[in-house]
Amino acid sequence: MIWRIEIKQKNGLPDSVGRAVFKDIVDLGISHIKNVRLVSIYLLEGEISREDLKRICEELLVDPIVEEYGFSSFPSQGPQDHHIVEIAYNPGVMDPAEASTLKGIRDLGVASIKAVRTAKQYHLEGNLTDKEIEHVTNRVLMNKLIQHAVKTINQAVPTTLALSVDAESKFDIVIVDLLKVNDKNLVKLSQKGQLYLNLQEMKTIQAYFKKEGRDPTDVELETIAQTWSEHCNHKTFRGTIRYREGKKGKPKIIRSLFKSTIAKVTNDLKKKWCVSVFHDNAGVIAFDKDYHVCFKVETHNHPSALEPFGGANTGVGGVIRDILGTGLGAKPLANTDVFCFAPVDTSQREIPAGALHPKRVMKGVVSGVRDYGNKMGIPTVNGAIVFDKRFVGNPLVFCGNVGLIPKGKEVKKVQKGDLIVAIGGKTGRDGIHGATFSSGELTSESETVSSGAVQIGNPIEEKKVLDALMKARDRNLYSAITDCGAGGFSSAVGEMAAETGARVDLDRAPLKYQGLNYTEIWISESQERMVMSVPPVHIEELLKIFADENVQAAVLGEFDGSGRLQLFYQGHQVCDLDMRFLHDGVPKITKEALYEAPKLKVEKLTVKEDLTDDLCAALSHFNVASKESVIRVYDHEVQGTSVIKPLVGVHTDGPSDAAVLGPRMGSKKGVAISNGINVRFGMIDPLWMAASCIDEAIRQIIAVGGSLGYIALLDNFCWGNPDKADRLGSLVRCAQGCYQAARAFGTPFISGKDSLYNEYAHKGKTLAIPGTILVSAIGIIENIHKTVTMDLKKAGNSIYVVGKTYDELGGSIYLANHGQLGQNVPRVRFTGAMKTYRAVEKAVRAGWVASMHDISEGGLATALAEMAFAGGLGITAFTKPVPYQGGRHQENIILFSESNSRFLVEVQPRYEKAFHQTLKGITHAKIARVEETPEMIVYGLKDQVIINANIFDLKNIWQTPLR
Amino acid sequence: MIKTPKVIVLRTAGTNCNEETAFAFSYFGASVDQVHVNEMAAGQKKLLDYHILALPGGFSYGDDIASGRILANELRLKLGNDIKRFIADGKLVIGICNGFQILAKAGILPGLNLHEGQEATLFHNDSAKFEARWVHLSVRTSKCVWTQGVPSQIYLPVAHGEGKFVPRDSKVLDALKVNGQVVFHYSSGNGGVVFYPDNPNGSIENIAGICDTTGRVLGLMPHPERHFLGHQHPFWTRLDKKDKLGDGAKIFENGINYVKEKL
Repeated sequence: MIWRIEIKQKNGLPDSVGRAVFKDIVDLGISHIKNVRLVSIYLLEGEISREDLKRICEELLVDPIVEEYGFSSFPSQGPQDHHIVEIAYNPGVMDPAEASTLKGIRDLGVASIKAVRTAKQYHLEGNLTDKEIEHVTNRVLMNKLIQHAVKTINQAVPTTLALSVDAESKFDIVIVDLLKVNDKNLVKLSQKGQLYLNLQEMKTIQAYFKKEGRDPTDVELETIAQTWSEHCNHKTFRGTIRYREGKKGKPKIIRSLFKSTIAKVTNDLKKKWCVSVFHDNAGVIAFDKDYHVCFKVETHNHPSALEPFGGANTGVGGVIRDILGTGLGAKPLANTDVFCFAPVDTSQREIPAGALHPKRVMKGVVSGVRDYGNKMGIPTVNGAIVFDKRFVGNPLVFCGNVGLIPKGKEVKKVQKGDLIVAIGGKTGRDGIHGATFSSGELTSESETVSSGAVQIGNPIEEKKVLDALMKARDRNLYSAITDCGAGGFSSAVGEMAAETGARVDLDRAPLKYQGLNYTEIWISESQERMVMSVPPVHIEELLKIFADENVQAAVLGEFDGSGRLQLFYQGHQVCDLDMRFLHDGVPKITKEALYEAPKLKVEKLTVKEDLTDDLCAALSHFNVASKESVIRVYDHEVQGTSVIKPLVGVHTDGPSDAAVLGPRMGSKKGVAISNGINVRFGMIDPLWMAASCIDEAIRQIIAVGGSLGYIALLDNFCWGNPDKADRLGSLVRCAQGCYQAARAFGTPFISGKDSLYNEYAHKGKTLAIPGTILVSAIGIIENIHKTVTMDLKKAGNSIYVVGKTYDELGGSIYLANHGQLGQNVPRVRFTGAMKTYRAVEKAVRAGWVASMHDISEGGLATALAEMAFAGGLGITAFTKPVPYQGGRHQENIILFSESNSRFLVEVQPRYEKAFHQTLKGITHAKIARVEETPEMIVYGLKDQVIINANIFDLKNIWQTPLR
Repeated sequence: MIKTPKVIVLRTAGTNCNEETAFAFSYFGASVDQVHVNEMAAGQKKLLDYHILALPGGFSYGDDIASGRILANELRLKLGNDIKRFIADGKLVIGICNGFQILAKAGILPGLNLHEGQEATLFHNDSAKFEARWVHLSVRTSKCVWTQGVPSQIYLPVAHGEGKFVPRDSKVLDALKVNGQVVFHYSSGNGGVVFYPDNPNGSIENIAGICDTTGRVLGLMPHPERHFLGHQHPFWTRLDKKDKLGDGAKIFENGINYVKEKL
């Protein structure tokens, strides 16, 4: 029988969760709502006595101090004047609370419990129309891809909580008619099966099976589609490109964009400290005498567009598994997350059908990152949020993770005869077609067609995997490991078995529920799973370790040395593919790329007497504005490793540059982590966007005291459809910028990822995102006690600008605030920049630097203001001495140009001479003085006051937009 | 006289501050074992072999149902007698963040025995959000062995979504005060009235940490193990502290010294 328990807060206590929902509803424009109260629902199935039920409530489900409850076999009707909306997860969607609740009930000694489901009931008070309630339900209370509203009134109670899927797993092999199909139908077959393969690829597959003399099974076709997907195979970056600059430009053949740009930097530089690059789940660099560090950033854009919480949640979970699956497993140290959204004040009219409002996307994404990172106990230490209206259909969500791995554990190799062991979560129908789905464009129908690709994570499951894995690793019980990401077992086993081949018995995989067919088991993307290669002699010990930590581990098969991928289900063979064909058979396609420089207008500048308003506008631009409301919901200090936190200064609210961690407590060796991203620069020139992003990521690390000689980079390209020549043209140009800049700076790439097809098709029109590159950097810090922060320290100190300012307002926040893009995009003068970085590095190490901030979005004026209010001190600054080069010498350019490779440095009077000496030959000038009075005063070129503001007002202006 | 105090840092699925908590105790010379609750329940490790029981922060079992609830029940039902005996033997217990939630929900803190079962809870923050921020704490002199010699004002981080301290009723609250069991209050740092975010969660009477009637069991929401080293201070670059120990270190040192001297 089924019991229904309803729990609510005792009267008289504030319902804080209800009030938060209330605020969201008011934000939606429904201001006549009066109150929202929350009721938690548990449905328990089993022959449970009333007495036991009472115990379950009073000892487990209900907090006796603040909550009260009732139970019955029927839903209560609630007060008449309340609109009651009850939200439950869709069947098959994982609700982590169910497993915990089952455990809790069994711990109480109630063995008769069979199943648990949970739901949330919202009591909406106020006179709301049915239409408004529907609006609230869909916009605030649930996402229909994973949840539904339950009818509670006059509704029969269900007789069972078990999933109503076909209970019998009967075997029914599906043979796909391929050999005799014509070209037109091959294309159809690819579309219908959501394979996202083009005609040439389909024909290659057809030819393979002709040779085999048979038609393929469905799972064979799926396996090939997944292995050859853009997501897994990176066809664009590894294929051939015919590139032209301008329609009449001479075509240049690029054999592999990856090898000729990104990988070439690393190959050219041959850094000794690069331990493992590109081929593993993360890049690995040397750290100290015992450990290496590894770093990986990837995107989870498509899932986050449809279900922001779940998409970001599983994005974080996925990148953490990449770190767990690097070498023989690294321990995750820190998360870094970067998002691109449409502005949160976008009007509802501008949101295309099927897309979610950016405010909701942001809220969901931030919560998803918070939930996974915090529960895993991995600090989220750094990030950025970029707003641009072209992200309205396709938000970008970059999830990064840094790990620590003992020396020697970075190497893995599957041995013939090893057992294939699946660990972690069970397999369900989640995320079918995620790999191929992300290799196509989103449409307004995506939310229905691809909803299977959406899921939510279970961070505690992954935490258990981490705990058990570290034990097994340190006992040397396995020879290789990788994570199950997109493509599930298909991708993980397929990759690991590339050299040996594998035999897998699919019915051995632990399932969440019965009824999955063999293909579903093979390609399911259920979260929190990894695959290990275990020598048979260690299997007992390994299984015990996992059992002790309550983690599932199951032997699925063997890396058998056959060179083939053979899958069996209930004893029947369902797949038999040649590994070489699977991994090397994808036809090389030549793609067309055309780059044409956009025709842009030179900006129109008006000269104003007072630039205070322009400073305020820059500070309150969403990109610049304080992200404190986001940072505070992330646990950025768990593990106790944080040295420079995301918020610094006397009131712990200033925006720090790179994050610094001391991964080994008691040691002074550290790592610095930063990100560079700027989409507006890319709208002018993708090459200088790439160079600027690399410069920004590096200079943030220099700004905290890092060293140019010990910085590694990661690239993440997010672009539109690469089958369109103009999209691909700008992508090529961006990659070229990466090569030029990283090569010049001597900073190797160690890992990267690309997410293409970020376009939103709706009613025949497509909306592409602006081509975006995220450059993430990691630097090794010799002594964390010699790092510096950006907050001003003491009145009487001097402030220097280091590096030259140019007439480069193109793509700046200043122009954005004046409704323009401009043309003069900031460039990077590599030789000068390197000299600057080396000199600044020396000055920090010598101890001459009291504070330092890199100059980026919002320019010199913004950086000055941030340093002032972070330190709670005033500034008197002068534009006249600022080293400047350019035709138009005027204050707004000096103060708001976003020229690269510049810093503001605070120096105590007694160190000024030494500082000056250290920077000999480097462009620098004293431009300001730190004041006790909390005013920021800036003098113009004619010594007139052009900015005059109270720093606390400025701080408030900076904090308000995203508060 | 015990030369090397033995500390057990108890963990389970979702515990995540065990490493840094273990580091804090071992810094002062303890021998620390991080033990899974399954090992305890199976009898492979015995609580009574140790001198200090530490329940670290994290999200035990995901904080599903309510923070700390499931592990609290597990302790109560599987290890209840051992814990009672452990405390009766004069040994020490500390619960930090999730550990405090567990001690309260298992009925171990405040341990007044005015009611059967739970006498206080930690509930959803008034902001209805998880928040990580630094808080000023005023420290009352009391018989709590963990806080002896701790300065009257310290600075520690909090990171939780369910930290609002609510006593069962006014009898409990009064007894806590009369007995001097409230050892940490959220404060403004400058003697002023305490509003959000100085009190980050809406705790009744700004209560941040309490001890039991013996003074040997301590629970607190802030994280002393995260301000153990000087450079963990959020603005250490403004202070001359980086080579000193942080405000939280004394608490761990007290625990270790007490075992060495008194047990």
